[in-house]
Amino acid sequence: MKILVPVKRVPDYETKIKINGEGTGVVTDGIKWIVNPFDEIAVEEAIKIRDAGTATEVVVVGIGPDDVAAQLRYAMAMGADRGIHVKTDEPVDSDGASRVIEAIYKKDEYGLVLMGKQAIDSDANQTGQLLAARLGVPQGCFVSKVEFADEKVTVTREVDGGLETIRLPLPCVLTTDLRLNEPRYASLPGIMQAKKKPMDEMSVADLGVDLTPKVRVLKMSPPPERQAGRKVESVEELVTALKDEAKVL
Amino acid sequence: MSDILVFLEQTDGSLPKASLTTAEAARQIKEAHGAGNLHALCLGKGSAKAAEAALSYGFATVYYSEDGAFDNYLAMAYAAAFEKALSESGASIGVAPATTTGKDFFPRVAAATAAGQASDIIAVNSDKSFRRPMFAGDVLADVEVTTDKKLITVRPTAFGEIAAAGGGGKTQELTGVSVPENAGEFVNLEESGGDRPELTAADVVISGGRALQSAENFEKYIYPLADVLNAAVGASRAAVDSGYAPNDWQVGQTGKVVAPELYIAIGISGAIQHLAGMKDSKVIVAINKDPDAPIFDLADYGLVADLYDVLPQLTEAIKSAKG
Repeated sequence: MKILVPVKRVPDYETKIKINGEGTGVVTDGIKWIVNPFDEIAVEEAIKIRDAGTATEVVVVGIGPDDVAAQLRYAMAMGADRGIHVKTDEPVDSDGASRVIEAIYKKDEYGLVLMGKQAIDSDANQTGQLLAARLGVPQGCFVSKVEFADEKVTVTREVDGGLETIRLPLPCVLTTDLRLNEPRYASLPGIMQAKKKPMDEMSVADLGVDLTPKVRVLKMSPPPERQAGRKVESVEELVTALKDEAKVL
Repeated sequence: MSDILVFLEQTDGSLPKASLTTAEAARQIKEAHGAGNLHALCLGKGSAKAAEAALSYGFATVYYSEDGAFDNYLAMAYAAAFEKALSESGASIGVAPATTTGKDFFPRVAAATAAGQASDIIAVNSDKSFRRPMFAGDVLADVEVTTDKKLITVRPTAFGEIAAAGGGGKTQELTGVSVPENAGEFVNLEESGGDRPELTAADVVISGGRALQSAENFEKYIYPLADVLNAAVGASRAAVDSGYAPNDWQVGQTGKVVAPELYIAIGISGAIQHLAGMKDSKVIVAINKDPDAPIFDLADYGLVADLYDVLPQLTEAIKSAKG
């Protein structure tokens, strides 16, 4: 079984996000890019599944400009076997991403797609589910545990009421939650090896996918600033303030 | 003239707050559109009763199905049911709460109906433009869904509850939903449960962070305070990762988003991912040993203190203040 792991490049989560002058996007000059943390968890899990003998190959796919190659190389340095870079300079929404990944999936024989439950930039939480629907396969989203047996996968999902376990036939799409694993760091030998691993490059046009967005950002604005309040010196002062000032007791 | 179909979560025949606030967002979309009807869909055991209850909010048709296929949640089954109800109602806008259920199955409906989806909206600008947070809430984006069919998931804490509005609607059993054979099977649900109010619906939330050091300390220090305030208990990601609190207590960008009247953060430093989940709370209190903790930058009241010293005092003082 081959595992396909889509990875998205996002601004580092410690970056202070600034909106551009026109309010149409965020300032990306000089930004530090990372692999979306949830996708990194997906790469880690795919490597573990391969190393346990359940899969033969881990293929990472990224969509975006030339320098997205850096994030694909990082995933290969962690241990993914090869990369596919679908090049575009256009903005890609969740729907567009799901159609590119669908096209890549159909070019080979994959048994599983593992990816992050959401990207920490757009926070849309859609692409895995859209992909599963396009492929006509089941999905296990927000998973914190994955076990294979008898051509099926049993996953534990982090849901609002607690932990839900479901069993799915393969192929399927799984999206990762935070507690699935702790991704390894890329080692120096890993980084050296990654440079030699194969990377296919193609354009969105090569795949015949139309990226016209279904959801368009009209305008970005900063959230209303919350005024810092004040420090209180004691429990008594706090309780009095909550009771008499804030009137929440 | 678009009709709108709302997915209403229900538990044993009753509609939780998240369903009523989601319905309010749908009503605002209808108002912005200026025409059309609101319809709803309830699924699972008790959905016939929930559908009856929903009629008092002005829905024209409330579809329901107690078919065994919906006893337990599976994405493919719920998506198939929503698609069927969309086509029966003729609605071109679908709305669901951005709970783990709505987040999970709604994009499948989007793919099947060639709809664009706006996720986790916090405001309705028009019948096609919506406001939603991005970058952990550092950005509020007004987004336009450009397709004819539109799907919207709603942040349940961002809207008030829908008001009762004259009846006149009807309930209708949804039949003939075909669930794909590869939908998978439900195994079990391990509920973290308890008698406390639900996190996203509670008026008061007390959250603990890594400084609590253990699940026992949550019990010993956080629970008594929560009891006095009839509060829900939340946790930072660090506390959940360390096993001090169950996963569904996590407040933050990727966990639950809360906006209670009073939020008390105990031993939480205030990572941006956490702040994204609670900064719309009305009054924020922070108790932390570190005077430079970022949580103090947005707390209305900050107390620099050791939680182990002050929490028992605070619990007692609030108990007497509430008389």
